[in-house]
Amino acid sequence: MRYLKSTLFFACLLPLALLVWDGFHDALGANPIETITHRTGDWTLRFLLLTLAITPARRLLGWVWAVRLRRMLGLFAFFYACLHFLTYLVLDQFFDWGEIVKDIAKRPYITIGFSAFILLIPLAVTSTQAMMRRLGRRWGQLHRLAYLIATFGVLHYLWLVKADYLQPAIYAAVLVILLGMRVWWWRDRVLMAALK
Amino acid sequence: MLIKRPADIKSHEIAEPALYRDRRRFLQQVTSGAALAFAAGTSSLLMLAEAVAGRKLDYRKNPQLSIDNPPNSLKDITRYNNFYEFGTGKEDPAKNAHTLRTEPWTVRVEGEVEKPADYHLEDLIKSSQLEERIYRLRCVEAWSMVIPWVGIPLADLIKRFKPTSRAKYVEFTTLHDPGQMPGQRRAVLDWPYVEGLRMDEAMHPLTILAVGLYGEVLPNQNGAPIRLVVPWKYGFKSIKSIVKIRFTETMPKTSWALAGPSEYGFYANVNPAVDHPRWSQAKERRIGEFLKRKTAMFNGYTDEVAGLYTGMDLRRNF
Repeated sequence: MRYLKSTLFFACLLPLALLVWDGFHDALGANPIETITHRTGDWTLRFLLLTLAITPARRLLGWVWAVRLRRMLGLFAFFYACLHFLTYLVLDQFFDWGEIVKDIAKRPYITIGFSAFILLIPLAVTSTQAMMRRLGRRWGQLHRLAYLIATFGVLHYLWLVKADYLQPAIYAAVLVILLGMRVWWWRDRVLMAALK
Repeated sequence: MLIKRPADIKSHEIAEPALYRDRRRFLQQVTSGAALAFAAGTSSLLMLAEAVAGRKLDYRKNPQLSIDNPPNSLKDITRYNNFYEFGTGKEDPAKNAHTLRTEPWTVRVEGEVEKPADYHLEDLIKSSQLEERIYRLRCVEAWSMVIPWVGIPLADLIKRFKPTSRAKYVEFTTLHDPGQMPGQRRAVLDWPYVEGLRMDEAMHPLTILAVGLYGEVLPNQNGAPIRLVVPWKYGFKSIKSIVKIRFTETMPKTSWALAGPSEYGFYANVNPAVDHPRWSQAKERRIGEFLKRKTAMFNGYTDEVAGLYTGMDLRRNF
């Protein structure tokens, strides 16, 4: 498990390593800031969806061990979300607070993306063992915010696209499947409880 | 101080990748062209050669109608652009546009015009002097470039076509051929791409039809063999790979205005005061620069074009 975790840790850093490598090799294209924004955003979404894929993997494939990797995947989602937000703040807007506040207030895709980022913070803060113990039952309730955050993330992508919805539609389809399974299981539980 | 290291290989000595991939057809064309030239003199071979992207053009500079900002590099201009007919990614056109065949190329002129006809590209441009115009280009996505186009004033052509008094607008259509334009296999937009101008906009001296870039034949991904350039409007107005010019009495239904009526208007003049509903148009990132620039009204061409819109509410006619 320890070996698996450290391997995963370095694997999760690969997208960042590639970005840095490309940066030093003039391989980020004519608009590097846009490339960095898109890549960190893509990886945030991918990690969010991977985190949500753990429970289905356990229930459908019996991968019980995968549950122990979930925290790291979730924290990497937060890590790439931070990079994505910092790219916007520093490289894209260069601390133009007036524009940033206007963006967040007026542009729905930024409002929802920013909300998703803010909602990730309490999840990252309460990701430690100690916090899990302290919060008890409420920890699980709090961390169901992940469903909302992933939904916000996918909407953030959908709402910024000009005409070609293929990429965000793929993320949306994966999200619908992952959340759909939970609705299905929840329905099962309710029905079983009613039968008892 | 700017230190420029000369390239080891001069750019014109490198074959265009598209040309290289297409070498068999090219050789065929050249040999058949040579046979033709043997019969009809050398002019047809020269014309054939001229249509190949990257070939040097004979043009004169027009400093009066050019800006003096340094142009973006040929690499940036040819590898970062929108041309949805070849994919929606910014680098897709450079990758995919080699399938476009620009020779022979015919432009149909029709509608409210005295002389509707099909014109070979060479016949369209041969009687006009090619000019270099260094223009700003501002994309609706809030990035911009400076581009040295080579082309002819659209007004020159329109005068030759002799539009009737009913002609109030000019409508342009891009080639529709999913075989050559793989992006048209998906209904991202309602193909073919259509754009349009009001007659006075089309006749404006800044409006050109470009056939070249950096003194050479236009690369496919930038709208070869002939495209519109209207520097005071968002880039999507400057339609590429034109096969039809139609004069109409009513306002043309243009592609982006149909795709998003609340987001893209017919006029699409660059205007920092009128935001896109989803993002600000107040600033832009000039490709190659770090800090954003303030976007200028009419993309900096206010003195030249503001008169076209006196009395118009530009917030409503966005």
